[in-house]
Amino acid sequence: MLLISKSRCAFLQLAATAERLDFGRCSADRSDSGGLRGKLAPAALYADRVTKRYGSLTALDGVSISVEEAECVALIGESGSGKTTLLRCFNRLVVPDDGRVIIDGRDAMELDPISLRRQVGYVPQDGGLLPHWRVGRNVELVPRLRGIPDRAALADRALMLVGLEPALFRLRWPGELSGGQRQRVAVARALAAEPSVVLLDEPFGALDAITRADLQSAFADIRRELHTSALLVTHDLNEAFLLADRVIVLRQGRVEQAATPDELRRAPATEYVLRLLQRARVIPA
Amino acid sequence: MQLGTVLLAALTLVGEPEAQMVRPVIVASKPFGESFLLAEMFAQLLESRGFRVDRRMGLGATEIAFTALRRSAIDVYPEYTGTGLLAILEQRPSSDPGQVYQQVSREFRRRFGVRWLPPLGFQNTYAIAVRRETAERLGLANLSDLERVGKSLTAGLTADFIGRPDGLPGLQKTYGLQFRAVRALLPAVKYRALASGDVDVIDGYSTDGFIARYDLVILKDDRRFFPPYEAAALVSPALQRDLPAAAGVLSELSGLLTEEAMRRLNQRIEVDGIPVGRVAAGQLMSLGLVRQPAGIPGTSSGDHRSPGLLSYLWDQRVTIVSLTIRHLLLVGVSLLAAIAVALPLGLALERGRRAAETVIRGIGVLQTLPSIALLAFMIPLLGIGVVPALVALFLYSLYPILRNTYTGVRDAAPAAVSAAAALGMTPGQVLGYVRLPLAAPTIMAGIRTAAVINVGTATLAAFIGAGGLGDPIAAGLALSDTRMILSGALPAAVLALLVDAVLGLCERVVTPGR
Repeated sequence: MLLISKSRCAFLQLAATAERLDFGRCSADRSDSGGLRGKLAPAALYADRVTKRYGSLTALDGVSISVEEAECVALIGESGSGKTTLLRCFNRLVVPDDGRVIIDGRDAMELDPISLRRQVGYVPQDGGLLPHWRVGRNVELVPRLRGIPDRAALADRALMLVGLEPALFRLRWPGELSGGQRQRVAVARALAAEPSVVLLDEPFGALDAITRADLQSAFADIRRELHTSALLVTHDLNEAFLLADRVIVLRQGRVEQAATPDELRRAPATEYVLRLLQRARVIPA
Repeated sequence: MQLGTVLLAALTLVGEPEAQMVRPVIVASKPFGESFLLAEMFAQLLESRGFRVDRRMGLGATEIAFTALRRSAIDVYPEYTGTGLLAILEQRPSSDPGQVYQQVSREFRRRFGVRWLPPLGFQNTYAIAVRRETAERLGLANLSDLERVGKSLTAGLTADFIGRPDGLPGLQKTYGLQFRAVRALLPAVKYRALASGDVDVIDGYSTDGFIARYDLVILKDDRRFFPPYEAAALVSPALQRDLPAAAGVLSELSGLLTEEAMRRLNQRIEVDGIPVGRVAAGQLMSLGLVRQPAGIPGTSSGDHRSPGLLSYLWDQRVTIVSLTIRHLLLVGVSLLAAIAVALPLGLALERGRRAAETVIRGIGVLQTLPSIALLAFMIPLLGIGVVPALVALFLYSLYPILRNTYTGVRDAAPAAVSAAAALGMTPGQVLGYVRLPLAAPTIMAGIRTAAVINVGTATLAAFIGAGGLGDPIAAGLALSDTRMILSGALPAAVLALLVDAVLGLCERVVTPGR
C-alpha cells in the first residue's frame, strides 16, 4: 500500500509538471470533441479531425476525440472501424494524413517519436513480452530506455500493482507464465515508468472469460489508484462499460457516438449504436 | 586485409615448415596413378640436385592442370602429346608420334610460352578394354568389332574421356559406335566396375597396371583413331625464366622410360600398393639418376598394403593432423569471411525487403554450381592453391547464412518486435535487443549448415592444389588406395561432426532462454 501511494505521488508530480509546461494550448478546439467539461486544463489525449488513408481505404475520416486527465475512454467498434489506427496515432506508430494529434497539450508531430513512446504506456493485445528477457527485465524496459536509475524498484512496484509478487515472478521467463499472467506483466510494463497516459489495444481480448474478468477488475483498481488516463480499444461493449468513463463508438472511420455508458444506454444516437447495444445484451432487443 | 595476409601466410606455413630464399619448383600432377608417379620422379630428381620442390599432386584434370601451368601457378607436370594436340590445341591428330611432338612443341611455345621437354620415351595411349569373357563370347579383338555389338554393352568411361574430342565423340564417329548406356566413372572405380560386371567396356591407359591384374583384353585401334600419346614434362613460362637449370635437370629423364617399365611401375603402385615415393625413388636409382634416397616423402612409410587401416592411420598421424589443421583453416577463414558479408547483407535485405528475394535467389544460384566447376572457373581468375579455394568456399557459405539471417530476423517474434518499437526502442535497439537475439538460433543454424557443407566441399580443394584433407582423398582415388582415401575421408567426417557439435553448443549459448 505504501509503495502504491508513493508511486501515485510520483505520477502526480509528473502530471503536474506536464500541465505547467503546456498551459492548455488546445482547450479552445475542444468544443466538437464531445469531451468538453468546461475545464481549461489540456486533455491528456486529443485528436482533432484526424484523417488516415491506406491507398483507397479511408481508415480514419476526420475523427475528433479526447481523453481527459485521469479519464478512461473506450474506443469500440467492429474490426475495420479504425479504432486501432486511431490508438496508434497517439504514440505515432501511425502518422495521420490530416488533422492534429495532441498529447498532454503538445502536438505529436512536434515530439520526437521515440521519446513520445517512452512517455506513453502501451499494452498490446498479445502482451508482446520479449520472450528472451525475464519478467523483471521486461517490466524494466521503459525505465531503462528512459535512463531512470531506480528501475528495479519501479519494476517491482509495477508488478505489485498488477498482483504479481515480484520475488516470485521477477526471474521467470515469459514462456513459463499463463496467458493471464503474461498480460498482467504487459500491463506492469506499461505502468512501470509511471506514464500519465496508457494506451491499451484489446489488452484482455485473447483471455478466457474468468481470467479476463480478473484482469479487468485489477485494471479498474489500478486506475483508481493511479488516476492514469487511459485509451482502451476493445470490441467488447461489456468491457467498455465496465472500465470506461466514456465510450466512443467508431464506425467506418467516423465517430458514431461519444457518451458515458449511462447516456449510451439511455439514448443510443443511431440505429447502429442501438443494434450494437442489443447484440451485447446491454439493453434488451 | 592485413588479417587476410596473415591468415594466408599461416595457411601456407602449415604445408611448408621451412622457408628459403630460392623459390621452390612447383611440381604437379593430374589425378591418376601414372601422373602421380611421373610427377614424383620429377620432384625427387629435382630435389636430388638441390632444388626445393613444392608438390601439388592430383590437380583436377587436364583443364585445371594446364590452366595452372599456363599461368605459372605450377611449374611442371607430366602431359601426353596427343592430349595436348586434341584437348588443348583442338587440332586434328596425325598418327606419327614425331610429327605430333613437333606440332605441340611449336604451338605451345608460340601460343602459351609453355615448353614440352623431350618425350620420356613411352606412349600411354587410350586403351578400350573389355573382360576376357566378353571378348571371347562376342569375338572381340578390334575396336571395329564393337560396332556390331556395342548396343548390347554398357560403357563406363571417365568424365574426361566422355568430353574430349579424342575420347568418346571421336571414337563414335570413327567406329560408328553406339553403346546401350554410357556411365561416367572415376578412374579409381572403373576397373572394379568392369570386373564386377556393372559395365562391359571401359577406357583405360595402355600402361595401366590394372589391365594385367584384372585379365582384361585391350581392343586394337584398327582404324588408328587414337593419336600418339607420348609422355613428356610440360614446363611453365615462369620456370624457364626463373630456373632454367631445373628444366635441364628434368630433361635428363627424356627417353629413359619404356612402356614395359611403366606398366611394371604402375602395377607396383596401383596393384601392389607400394607408395608412389618409393617406386619413384627405386626407378630413379635403377636409372642411375639418383644415388641414394634422402628424406623422400612416402619412402619411409610401410611396405605393401598389409598393415590394417588403423595402423596406417597411426603411421600417417603427423600428416593427418597437419592436413586437418590446414583443412580447418580453409573452412574457418572462408566461413568467417562469409559471416562478415552475409550477416550484414541479410540485415540490410530485411530492411529493404523488395530486393531481398532477388538477391538471395541470385546467391542461391551459386549453390547449384557443382563445386568442381566453381573451382575450375576460379583458375583463370585466381590461379590455383589456397586463394581460389577460399573464394569458392566463401561463395558456398554465403547462401545458408544469408537465407537464415534474413528469414530469422524477418520472422523473429513479430509481436515482441512491434511492442518493443511501440514502447520506444529505436530501430537500432529493436535490432540489437530484440530481432538479433531472437534470430540468433536461426542464424547460428545457417552458419552451422554452411560450416558442415564447407568441411565436405573443402576436400575438393585438393583438385586445385589447396591442400587439406582432400589431398589423400584425391591421391587415394587416383591410386585406387582405399586406405589413403579413408585417411582423408575419415578425419573429414570426424571434423564435420566436431564442427557441427561445437557450433551446436554455440547455438545453445546464443538461444535466448525461455
